[in-house]
Amino acid sequence: MATRAPDRPAATTTGRASHRPPRRFLSHRFDMKVSPYAYVAPFLVLFCAFGVFPLVYTAWVSLHEWTLLSDVHRFIGLDNFATLLGDGYFWNATFNTLSIGVLSTVPQLVMAIWLASLLNRPLRAQTFFRITLLLPNVTSVVAVVVIFSQLFGRDFGLINWVLSWFGVDGVAWSEGALSSHVALSVMIMWRWTGYNALIFLAAMQAVPRELYEAATLDGASPYTQLRRITIPMIRPTIIFVVIVSTIGAMQIIAEPLLFGAGTNGGNIVTGGPDRQFQTLALYVYERGFVNFDFGYASAASWVMFAFVVVAAAVNYLFISRSRGDLT
Amino acid sequence: MRLRYLTLTAVAFFSAFPLYYSVVVASRDNAALAQVPPPLLPGGNFLANVERVFDTVPFGLALLNSFVVSGSIALTVMFFSTLAGFAFAKLRFRGRNVMLLITVATMMVPAQLGIIPLYMLMVKVEWTGTMYALVVPALVNAFGVFFMTQFLQRALPTELLEAGRIDGCTTWGLFRHVVIPAARPAAAVLGMLTFMTAWNDYFWPLVVLTPENPTVQVALSTLASGYVNDFVLGLSGTALGTLPLLLVFALLGKQIIGGIMQGAVKG
Repeated sequence: MATRAPDRPAATTTGRASHRPPRRFLSHRFDMKVSPYAYVAPFLVLFCAFGVFPLVYTAWVSLHEWTLLSDVHRFIGLDNFATLLGDGYFWNATFNTLSIGVLSTVPQLVMAIWLASLLNRPLRAQTFFRITLLLPNVTSVVAVVVIFSQLFGRDFGLINWVLSWFGVDGVAWSEGALSSHVALSVMIMWRWTGYNALIFLAAMQAVPRELYEAATLDGASPYTQLRRITIPMIRPTIIFVVIVSTIGAMQIIAEPLLFGAGTNGGNIVTGGPDRQFQTLALYVYERGFVNFDFGYASAASWVMFAFVVVAAAVNYLFISRSRGDLT
Repeated sequence: MRLRYLTLTAVAFFSAFPLYYSVVVASRDNAALAQVPPPLLPGGNFLANVERVFDTVPFGLALLNSFVVSGSIALTVMFFSTLAGFAFAKLRFRGRNVMLLITVATMMVPAQLGIIPLYMLMVKVEWTGTMYALVVPALVNAFGVFFMTQFLQRALPTELLEAGRIDGCTTWGLFRHVVIPAARPAAAVLGMLTFMTAWNDYFWPLVVLTPENPTVQVALSTLASGYVNDFVLGLSGTALGTLPLLLVFALLGKQIIGGIMQGAVKG
């Protein structure tokens, strides 16, 4: 095979060369030049139409007085943004988003790193633990909130039942600001901790074993090894996960939407009767798809995006500055 | 050592318990939930509850819709991602790096930012309330292309492609006879991930569909929000719409987890 392979094409080219060399040569050149574009074209065309174009168009809509009810879209410059800055509901939603974001992300990532370090040692039933840890992530967000709305129920919820052993009675989780933020954070943590743990585990498995062996010889405890070897070595992954989690946390919407629906009936989009757990994304949804005020909602989503960028950048700087000691 | 197993078992318990408890509630009736202590074992009411779910929302239609939508999205994402991933990973052309960079960069932009224009677009082409509104915008995605590009860069030897060229293969021939067989394991993982994401997608279907022609998630949210104190109904629907997927996941979990972990480290 190896000796024959060069013969065959050589024979065909010389054989055909006398008849029609330019055409074959041209078609080959055409194939080399054009086909790469043909291969990425379906992706790029669809991606631009349904992915990139809407992103850009949002900015254009945000500069208009634009509702579903009127065909006239009056250009009003930055008026929507000016109104937004004085909008108390908007700032309330911003506060709620930050509060839920911090409550859910920080414990989640610490736990995920810790879990990953537990999994990153010789272990029986490794696959069983991994699959079980990822089960919550495969559960749909609707299912998660329906299940936890019942667990967090005031009268017959399992969590209040357990708390009653310790003398805490009848917590109305969805009514207070802090308690509803805690309940939502628990749902988010339940769904994402295992997933992030597996991502950290993947990074940890790439750390050279010799480092740990040397550290063990030097008498370093597992905790010291985690702090001095593992965390510095997986820093790029930590930065990646922190940024992705920040972006995710800024966009939380399904949880408060369904939590409100399950516990308050009618007040679906406001995040509770006092807007105590309405997030930014939910506020955008309320203005856009309940009031159909597209211009204002677009402005709000651009400001939300700006917050995402700022939050991601702050976290990035914070993490890349802190050397070694993350925990 | 023993403490480590104990901790992991506890965590596994907390991961699985809410799902188990949804089965408990789904197989009981509302009166049983009001008892103290609450029931912790499944009862015998599941089939009656399932019947109630089908009477309350068009759940059969929802299952069919979700299957068709998630299946078609998974297939097209697998195909187009392999196609584009091959070009990005192994072919030379002008603008390649710029296109790849833009693709990766948009993965970081929240999808919700574009949801209003996307909705306006769907209104314009009169796709609201139909499954086209779910399938067409999801035919391709940046993650899939990124995932396949990463995989093919590593797993597809350039020498193999060169050998194919010397044998007179066109680019399309290479794609069919060399790339597709090599890409198969990664494409399968991508397909499963895409299917699960599409199946679980909630927000966009909620915006663009109606309760009369729902997907599973939209039907579930109708159950949960329309019948506030009927937890049994909501959780029966949840068990029905979630457990099949979880079962498949438990069976194929090893490959899927491998895919998630591989995709992550490179990112």
